[in-house]
Amino acid sequence: MTFLKNFINVLSVASISFILLSSVFAMLVYFCLLDGRVKTKGGTGFLVFGAILVVAGLFVRPLLYLAVAYFLVLWALAKIGPRLWEPKVGKWLLIAGLGGFALSMFDPNFYLIAAKPDNVPIVAMIFLLAIFTWIALRKAYLNDHAILAGGIPYEKTESDEKLFTWPDLVYTEMLCMILLTIVMVVWSVGLRAPLEEAANPTSSPNPAKAPWYFLGLQEMLVYFDPWLAGVVLPTLIIVGLMAIPYIDTNPKGNGYYAFRERKWEIGVFLYGFLVLWSFLIITGTFLRGPNWNFFGPYEYWDPNKLEPLVNVDLSELVWVKLMAMPLPKLWVIREAPGILIVLLYFALAPALAARPFRRFYLKMGGPRYYVGAFLFLFMLALPIKMVLRWLFNLKYLVHIQEIFFNI
Amino acid sequence: MTLKQVQEGIVNSQVWKSIFRVGIPNTNRKRVLAVLGSLILHLHPVKVRRSGVRMSYTWCMGGTSFFLFLVETVTGLLLMFYYRPTIEYAFTDIMDLREQAPFGIMREMHRWGAHAMVIAVWLHMFRVFMTGSYKPPREFNWNVGVILLVLTLLLSFTGYLLPWDQLAIWAITVGSNMARASPGAGTEGPMSSLMKLGDVPLIHAGDDARFALIAGRSIGAATLLRFYVLHCMVIPLAAGFLMAIHFWRVRKDGGISGPL
Repeated sequence: MTFLKNFINVLSVASISFILLSSVFAMLVYFCLLDGRVKTKGGTGFLVFGAILVVAGLFVRPLLYLAVAYFLVLWALAKIGPRLWEPKVGKWLLIAGLGGFALSMFDPNFYLIAAKPDNVPIVAMIFLLAIFTWIALRKAYLNDHAILAGGIPYEKTESDEKLFTWPDLVYTEMLCMILLTIVMVVWSVGLRAPLEEAANPTSSPNPAKAPWYFLGLQEMLVYFDPWLAGVVLPTLIIVGLMAIPYIDTNPKGNGYYAFRERKWEIGVFLYGFLVLWSFLIITGTFLRGPNWNFFGPYEYWDPNKLEPLVNVDLSELVWVKLMAMPLPKLWVIREAPGILIVLLYFALAPALAARPFRRFYLKMGGPRYYVGAFLFLFMLALPIKMVLRWLFNLKYLVHIQEIFFNI
Repeated sequence: MTLKQVQEGIVNSQVWKSIFRVGIPNTNRKRVLAVLGSLILHLHPVKVRRSGVRMSYTWCMGGTSFFLFLVETVTGLLLMFYYRPTIEYAFTDIMDLREQAPFGIMREMHRWGAHAMVIAVWLHMFRVFMTGSYKPPREFNWNVGVILLVLTLLLSFTGYLLPWDQLAIWAITVGSNMARASPGAGTEGPMSSLMKLGDVPLIHAGDDARFALIAGRSIGAATLLRFYVLHCMVIPLAAGFLMAIHFWRVRKDGGISGPL
């Protein structure tokens, strides 16, 4: 048991479990939704990724843990395959999840954080997200097969059938309201709302955390400056969400669960919603302790835990380490490599990708394609920055402290 | 007198009939009239798609969000009887509410309802995406929904400060510090230092984006009042207005989502 706890602690180092989550998500889609084409195409890609992890793990211990976990998940998903969407399998997975959670509650450190009143809704959210993701993908899987077999999605078979609002809809709503009222009353009687001592501007708590739904943004502060993590990226999240119906021109899958007909849209959305948004919130809530240091779920929140600050800027890597020169005085020259990389990333990458992804470019048209690519590149920026931090201790690509412009 | 007679007596009385004009909706005609004749129920069409009633399709999350909004409104109104948004009283009023008010679960319900509402709105968005219900002709309503999501978060954020305890001010401090970094509008934002007239900086701690948000250089009495007004009046009214549009457009764009 202690070994397992240590395993999970090391594994949950934020950046790497993030990568694991993204790749596990890709595998989930690959093995369980797009079954049939698994063994032929691209399946080797996952094995190659695993092999890279093993080699890297020989140098960095957490990566070896990651590799082990990765192959376990790969094996399990390949074994289960589309059977993941059978209610029986889903039920057992839920029982396993709840059981694992219940067992973990015996650990004093885990209990302390999971049972904190304001964190209770987030624990509930984790399970709700898992359940509803499973339901949505199961329905998508069933509909995909119906369409493949030449039929129509389940929702269409009954779309002509109309019911009277009274009694069918009204009663459903009534039951929902009664149920919700009971849940709210029991919850409110059973769990007191947190109230700490009176506000005191002179004594700041450690860690000082934003309200839980903004903890994903606070977590991004580790990798980006506040102007990006706190202002630009949230704005882009809102703009990006609003742009979805105008970027996505695929007329299929309107009003019913489906995956195969719109795998790119769903893939990107789930990556943003589950990995970028929800997982970062969970990390910020449960895994970030004093001084915003990282703690595994079974680790004691030691306020004296020290983490060496060894991060360096790209300018230093290029000029000092690589070219053995002093840093240029003028910031335009000093930061030229970083500025160039960022410009290339946002300007050239979409243009280069337009050839291999010609299908998208032709279908969407220029403006849609570029807006979509721009937003997608922003979504990818976080894992890229995480990997750079992990591999090179990179702090900033561009660091112009003269005008607070750091990327 | 049997129970049946009592029931009929009530249903046929003038008082009952004046309230529920149709009587018990036991024929199709009366079912139609029951929905059409009621202000609340006529939010719904007379007939709905089969999938619109199916819980496994809608997850009932839009309705849950709205219901929780109503819960928040009612519990919030009750809390307003007890709560004064000033530094002297805010915290002690909450203490009173906790220790003295009879059946004092309104604050609990308000807080847990707020958390639940955020989660319900997310799940609602998730369902709408997964069923492709943002596609034409529902693009605009998806946008209204995104704004409602942002308003939900802002409602929760402004409410977080009101208990005026350590949890409250530090969470809002961390949250509002970000505004300091707004490009061109916060003291520590990129490009802000370039904005000056001669030697006089245009963006400083006394006029930047953070100052506008919290009404001062640090969280204080003015912030509390500002967040209180935003929390109890401005944002709920805005959200209520947008909800009306949202529900209206659900009907106008083809009813509760289903295959088009």
